[in-house]
Parts: sequence; C-alpha cells; structure tokens
Amino acid sequence: MKNLIRTTIGATVMSLLASTALADGHSKTLTIATVNNGDMIRMQKYTDDFTKKTGHKVEWVTLEENVLRQRVTTDITTKGGAFDIMTIGMYETPIWGKNGWLVSLNDLSAEYDAADILPAMKGGLSYEGTMFAAPFYGESSMVMYRSDLMEKAGMKMPDAPTWEFIRKAAAAMTDRDNEINGICLRGKAGWGEGGAFITAMSNSFGARWFDEKWNAQFDTEEWKNTLTFFKGMMTESGPPGYATNGFNENLSLFQQGKCGMWIDATVAASFVTNPKDSTVADKVGFALAPDNGLGKRSNWLWAWALAIPAGTKKEAAAKEFIEWATSKSYIELVAEKEGWANVPPGARTSLYENPNYKDIPFAKMTLDSILSADPDNSTVKPSPYVGVQFAAIPEFAGIATDVSQEFSAAYAGQQTIEEALAKAQALTNDAMEAAGYK
Amino acid sequence: MATQNSRSAARLMMAPAVILLLGWMLVPLTMTLWFSFRKYLPLRGGDQGWVGFDNYVRFVSSSSFWPSVQTTLIIVGGVLIITVVFGILLALLLDQPMWGQGVVRILVIAPFFVMPTVSALVWKNIFMDPVNGLFAHLWKFFGATPVEWLSQASVQSIIMIVSWQWLPFATLILLTAVQSLDGERLEASEMDGANPLQRFGYIVLPHLARAITIVVLIQTIFLLSIFAEIFVTTGGAFGTKTLSYLIFQRVLESQNIGLGSAGGIYAVILANIVAIFLMRIVGKNLDA
Amino acid sequence: MARSITTQRKTINTVLAWAIGLLIFFPILWTILTSFKTEAQAINDPPIFLFFDWTLENYSVVQERSNYARFLWNSIFIAGGSTLLGVIIAIPAAWSMAFVPSKRTKDILLWMLSTKMLPAVGVLYPIYLLFIKFGLLDSVLGLTIVIMLINLPIIVWMLYTYFREIPVDILEAARMDGASLKSEILYVLTPMAVPGIASTLLLNFILAWNEAFWTLNLTAAKAGPLTAFIASYSSPEGLFYAKLSAASTMAILPILILGWFSQKQLVRGLTFGAVK
Repeated sequence: MKNLIRTTIGATVMSLLASTALADGHSKTLTIATVNNGDMIRMQKYTDDFTKKTGHKVEWVTLEENVLRQRVTTDITTKGGAFDIMTIGMYETPIWGKNGWLVSLNDLSAEYDAADILPAMKGGLSYEGTMFAAPFYGESSMVMYRSDLMEKAGMKMPDAPTWEFIRKAAAAMTDRDNEINGICLRGKAGWGEGGAFITAMSNSFGARWFDEKWNAQFDTEEWKNTLTFFKGMMTESGPPGYATNGFNENLSLFQQGKCGMWIDATVAASFVTNPKDSTVADKVGFALAPDNGLGKRSNWLWAWALAIPAGTKKEAAAKEFIEWATSKSYIELVAEKEGWANVPPGARTSLYENPNYKDIPFAKMTLDSILSADPDNSTVKPSPYVGVQFAAIPEFAGIATDVSQEFSAAYAGQQTIEEALAKAQALTNDAMEAAGYK
Repeated sequence: MATQNSRSAARLMMAPAVILLLGWMLVPLTMTLWFSFRKYLPLRGGDQGWVGFDNYVRFVSSSSFWPSVQTTLIIVGGVLIITVVFGILLALLLDQPMWGQGVVRILVIAPFFVMPTVSALVWKNIFMDPVNGLFAHLWKFFGATPVEWLSQASVQSIIMIVSWQWLPFATLILLTAVQSLDGERLEASEMDGANPLQRFGYIVLPHLARAITIVVLIQTIFLLSIFAEIFVTTGGAFGTKTLSYLIFQRVLESQNIGLGSAGGIYAVILANIVAIFLMRIVGKNLDA
Repeated sequence: MARSITTQRKTINTVLAWAIGLLIFFPILWTILTSFKTEAQAINDPPIFLFFDWTLENYSVVQERSNYARFLWNSIFIAGGSTLLGVIIAIPAAWSMAFVPSKRTKDILLWMLSTKMLPAVGVLYPIYLLFIKFGLLDSVLGLTIVIMLINLPIIVWMLYTYFREIPVDILEAARMDGASLKSEILYVLTPMAVPGIASTLLLNFILAWNEAFWTLNLTAAKAGPLTAFIASYSSPEGLFYAKLSAASTMAILPILILGWFSQKQLVRGLTFGAVK
C-alpha cells in the first residue's frame, strides 16, 4: 500500500516536472477534447509519433459523447479557452463556424492535400465555402447482417433492400428461444442516438421535420407510418428493452451474436468484423440502408472532426496536430501497426482508391453509403434545413432531445404513437416560435 | 450569560462563513435572475436584450413542467420513505447482539462511498440490462421474462438506485440514535406487558424522531438535485425528467440560458417551499 | 436485570444481518469481481461467480488509456483541500453559534442549508463566466474553492450540532479561571470537539470526492479528478462490462478503503445532534 502511494506520488511529481520542463521550449502543450470512440482512443496511443515529429505535447480530455458535447459547447459559447482543439461533428461545425467561433482550415499545407477529403465530408464541415473542421473519420449508416442466419432463413440480402424486405427478413431470422433477435435498432432517447436513427428512417418514408415555413410536421401521415412501422418491426423481432438501446448497446448485442441485422453507423463494420471482440466476425454481410421506394434511403451522414476554437494562442501548433491526425500518413501509420481494417474510414478519397483497402469487405458499401447521402436534399418533400439525421439549426439539439424522449416512451409502451407525435408536434412548434422562426 | 464582548466576537467569528456563503449564493443567483429576464441564446449571438417575464411564462407553460415537478417529488418522496423505513429496521437489527457486527456495518455503509456516476453505470449495465444484466439472468433462471427495468419501471428503478446509495447514510444516523436508547425503559415497558409493536410505537419511534428529521432534511437537500442517476440511465425519457434535469436540458441542450435561468429560479422556489414545509416539521425537533 | 440473550436469538440476528449486509454490498462485490473477468466471461449466462480465469488485463487497458495517477491525485487534493479549508472557516462560525446563540442563529443555519438548494446546472453559465474572468478554469484551486463552498453549509451544521453537545459548564469554569477566548477554544473546546471534527472531515471528504457536476464541467486536462476519469468510460465500444468494472473499481476503491478504515471515527461524530 505504502509503496503504491509512493509510486503514485512519485509518478505525479515526475509528470508535473516533465510538463514544466517542456513548457519553455518552442514546443507547446495542446489540450484536446475528444470523444471516447475506438478510433479516437487509438489516436491517443499514437500521440508520441506527433510529439516526435513536431515537439509539441498533447493532453487529452476524453469524454463520453453527451458529456463531451455539453463540455465543449459551454466552453465555446463563453469563449472559455479551455481547449486548443475540440472534437465536434457535422451538426456543430456550420453553426459555430457561422458565429465566427472557429479558425478557418482553408489554409492547411499543400502536402496535407485538402482536395483529397471526400466532398460530402468537406461540405458538411464547411460554412459558406470555408472549412472549419477537418474530418478524422466519416460515416454513413448501412445494414450489417449475419450471413449465416440469412441463409438459414432461406433469404438473400440484396445490395439495396427495402424496409418491407428487412421486416420480413427480421421476422424470419428471429429465434427467441436461442436469444436471436432479427433486428437491433436504436430506440434510446437523445438527438444523436435514437433521434438520429428515426429521423434518417423517416426520410425514406417521405417525412420531414419542417415544411418550408418551419412548421413542425409530426402531425403528418408520413411520421405516423414511420413510427408505426418501426415499433411494429421492433415488437416482432427486436431485442427486449430496445427503447434504451443506443449504438453501444446494439454493438454489444451484435458482437455477441444476438442480432440478425443491425442498421447503424458504417464505422461499426470494423468492430463487428474484428475477431478479437466479435463472436460473429466472419459471418457479417453489408448492404445499403433500406428505402421505401420513394427515392430516399434511410442512411445518414456524419463526421467526427477536429476544429480549433478562435482565440487560442496555440493556433499554429493546433493546425500541425490536425494536419497530422487527419493526414494520409496517419492512415498509413495505423494500417502498418494494426491492419487496414482499423484505419479511420470515410474521410479521404485516396483511401478508397488504395488497393490494400479495396480488399476490406465493408469498404465499398461504406463509400457507397456515404456518397448516397445528401445533406442539402435529404427529404422527399422540400425542406428548409440542411442535414440528413438532423437540421443544422441551433435549436435542433434541444428540440430533438425532447422529441426523442417522447418517441422512446412510445416504444416502451408508456404512451401511444399518436400521443407521442402530438406532443412532439406541440413542443417543436412551441420551441420554434420561441426561437423566432414564426 | 453571554457578554457584549463575546457577542461581537461571535459575530466576527461567524463572518467568514456567512460572507462566503452570501457571496456564493448572491452572485450566481443575481446573475441567474438577470439572465432569466433576458433573451439569452449563446448559439444565436448571445444576449439579445430584455424580455420581461417571457421566459417564466414559457417555462411553466411547457408541457414538461408539471410532470417534472411531479417526478421530482415522487423520486424524493420515494427515496425518503424507503431509506427511512429500511434505515430504522436495519438500525434496530444492527443494534442487536450478533457475531461480526463490525463487518456487517462495513458492508452496509459501503454504497455511500460509491460515486453517483459509477453506481448509475453499474446498475444500468451490469444489473438492469434486459439482455446481459444480472437480473435478466436471474429472471431467466426462474423461467420468467426479464424485466425491462429502465423503460418499463423507470421511476421505480431510479428510486431503487438512489435509495441504495442513501440507505447507508440513514442507517448510520438512525443507528447512532438507536444506540442511545434507554434500555431500562424498554425493559420496564416489556414487564408492563407492552408488546413489541407498542414498544416500538411509544418508545423507540419518539426517541428516533429527531434523527429521522435530520435524515429527511439532509437527504432532501441532496435528492432535489440528483442528476447523474438520470443522465446515465434514462436520459430523461420514460417520465424520469425531474425539474433539475429539465433545466439541464434547457441550458445545455437547447442552449437557452434565459429559459434555463427562469427554470433555475422556479427550482429555487420549489426547494424553498419544500424547505419551509420541512422546517415546519423539523423546527419542532430542531430546537436550536 | 440483564436481559438474557439466547444463543438462538443471537444466531438469528447474525444470519439475518449478514444476509442483508451482503445483499447491500453485493453490487460492489460483483463489480469488483467482474473487473477481473474477460469481457466474454463478464456477460456469461449463467453468470460466473468465482470460478473464472482471473485476469488483470482490464486494469492494464484502463491504465494504458488514461493517466490514473493524475486523476487520483487531483481527487485527493480537491477533496482534501476543500474539506480542510471548509472546516477551518466553519469552526469559528459553528463555535459562536453553539455557545453564543442569538435569536437569529437558527435562521442563519437554515439559510445556509438553503443555499445548497439552487440547482447546479442553473448557475453553470454564471459560474463558468466568473471562472474565466478569474482564470480559475481547469485549476485545482478553483475547484477546491467551489467544492468547499458547496459543502460549507453541511460542515457548519455538523460542527454546530456537535459543539452543542459539549457542556457549557466546562467553558464557564475555564472562563472563571481567566482563560481567554483563544485559549478557551484551543485548550478546552478543541480536544472535546475532535471526534466531531474528525467525522465532519470524513463525511465531507466523501461528499467532495463524489461530487460530479462541477468537477466535470469546470475542468479540462489538468484538474480533472476521478469523476472525469469515469466519464470517459461511460459507454466505450462493444463489450465493456469488464473494463467498466475495472474503471469503476479504480474510481471507488480509494474512498471505500478510507471509509472502512475510518468508519469508527465517521460514526462517532455523525450524530447531527441526533442523540440527546
């Protein structure tokens, strides 16, 4: 015990000394806030490579997604300056960029090759032509399914399935006695969890959040159809307690072999095919997210990206970090150490042209999914907002969290779908009115 | 008996604590009051001027307001009842002679040392998960369908988690009180033919009144602002949105500081109503 | 007449108390056990109680991901510093309330407690802005002050109720002997108050250790304590029960051990004036 304490104190003192010693060179210490996703945690492991190349040190603040969001938003809106680099997404970037809170990343070095970034990603991370965040990885969503169970059910997954097919396949694959659920989907409250899924799904059912005059649209048939279909399918073939399942819960279920299908972020493909964590690694197939014959699929578009808050004193060093972390050479570094399946996907065109990466089973489907998502034109009927699974307006996060709470309560059977939609309609209109849209 | 001299000395000695707390209360409270009358939207250019009582009206007229007040009271009340009742029973049991009393006491107080975030995470995932949780395994073992705790019995689950955390505190304080119980009086009443229930009602309970008051008072203060247990487990869905969680959503998710601040003022008012209500009961027992 | 306790009754008490004690402790025990399992064993159906391949892998994964020592150190410093500072400020106040009570004493006490009822998130922005202004963001000092202020009412109150138990006669006798105010506090009062002060220190150390709103929202890389450490494990990727258990164990074990070793002191002073 005593030794442990001594070591602990010793280590702390040493690290304090070390950080003071370094502070007075040309090198800087960057404080970076990031989300606790697998790819980011991997990046932390390779920070030494960055320090070796530039001399700058890095301090990580790793937080769970919801906590990260509240933490960085508080800091940016109050100009707190606690972080030199923030990990943010496609929702925050254009809003913050518009407010002038982020440093423009249009002037990254030629060597960085900004033109190589996938146009969909670059577009979603820019405001009026200025890129304000560089994508670390990008994602869409797609169907991941168990090829063995599909075969057992006597069905064959098309490359571009419809919702009707998915529902039928889910019912056929479900085997309650062996704890196999035909389909696992997000039902958890939160705009980035179940809210994102149902919004993307509603696009394929012809629904939209707002009409051109910013009136809420939850009183429409399309929304009712979306929720009724979702709840019906999940009741038939979903896992118990799906109303509290988010990305992580479903990933865990799928890895244990308890899901026949899972429609979620394309980045999950590398987790479910990794034999170290997944019991079904060699039995996973991929397909595009389903549609309903209305011309829109139910896949979203998202990127976790690095941005520099305006006003930081370490702008130059921060840019060096972003160039390192989102570069082609970082991808090569990870590929060399951990294999091509584990590199951060979805950010660069060159990755998908790389012959080594083409052999990865989910590479093509990921790219196709990303390319088929169009944030500027995501709904069947015209809508006034940008974004697929969100509307890029400041009020959206708050409204969508409330709305998704109502939806989750409907999934759990605490209220009917009609009640949930009526409440969603009222609270959305109320919030939009308060924000001055009407 | 106190002299003039010692009175002024006393005032001087109280000064640091009083001034600090006054500052700690007044500065943020004044700022919150100020914000509550402004249209303050950080994501839309910040402070956009005076709006009178708009925020107050909007906060109360929102469909989430009354349910959230109700949820708050249910959770606080539920936890209080459970911790006080079980706390008394446990205190009476632990006061009895037995082997290994010290170890049992250690086991019983342990949950108090667990951070709310940790306890919420552990309960949600390792115990209440309807597929992989321990309860689900247990239910399946007995051939029952696992309960979907956090969606179907959400408020009850949260009350259970919070009660687990606060039961040790209640037990400890009540145990101290039980230990000071006059044994001879109990025996005398036993010889007078009072049955255990009567003895409990006429001697034990009155003796514990003061300790119960303390438990209720201290716990209420902490329970009114529980947050982590809800944030981690249900994210405010399934009717578990308390008033402080609603304010959290308005301030941090909707990024509407004005509205959230108005909510903060309501929460202060509610807390004070609860406090006055408590003081009425407590005041008698707390003869200061 | 001493009550004769039959062995039978003692046995029943023992069995009952142990059963309840173990039931209450079980979630913690299970978490600790799970932290030594592999991820697959952690979710095994039926659950494995003891006979699994004990592994330390989860701990090394957690340690590799974050600098545990720094979080632990911050926790110790913030909880310890804030409690100590609070007690130093509270002792004179509680003393004067207990021994020189006025009509307003009770009101002041209740008012102090009521300052704890302002919901933290409601004042997040004001406090955050003040912290920026005074350069306290992400500093151990800033957090120490805030946590001290949060717990100060409880500290004052606990000390007050304890001081009130001290018989006034002794103080009067000391005064008769010509003791000054200073020596009255130093030589007469303090020794008698030690148990109360000790348990106040302990209880508030625990409360400060477990505070998870301000410690999370006012820190970045430097001053984050164990609550920030645990926030990065809330929902890692894929199977995570074992790793979550390891991180949880690392976050609660120091305070659990402290609490167990000092439970006698904690209980002794924890009367809140409940015992007359």
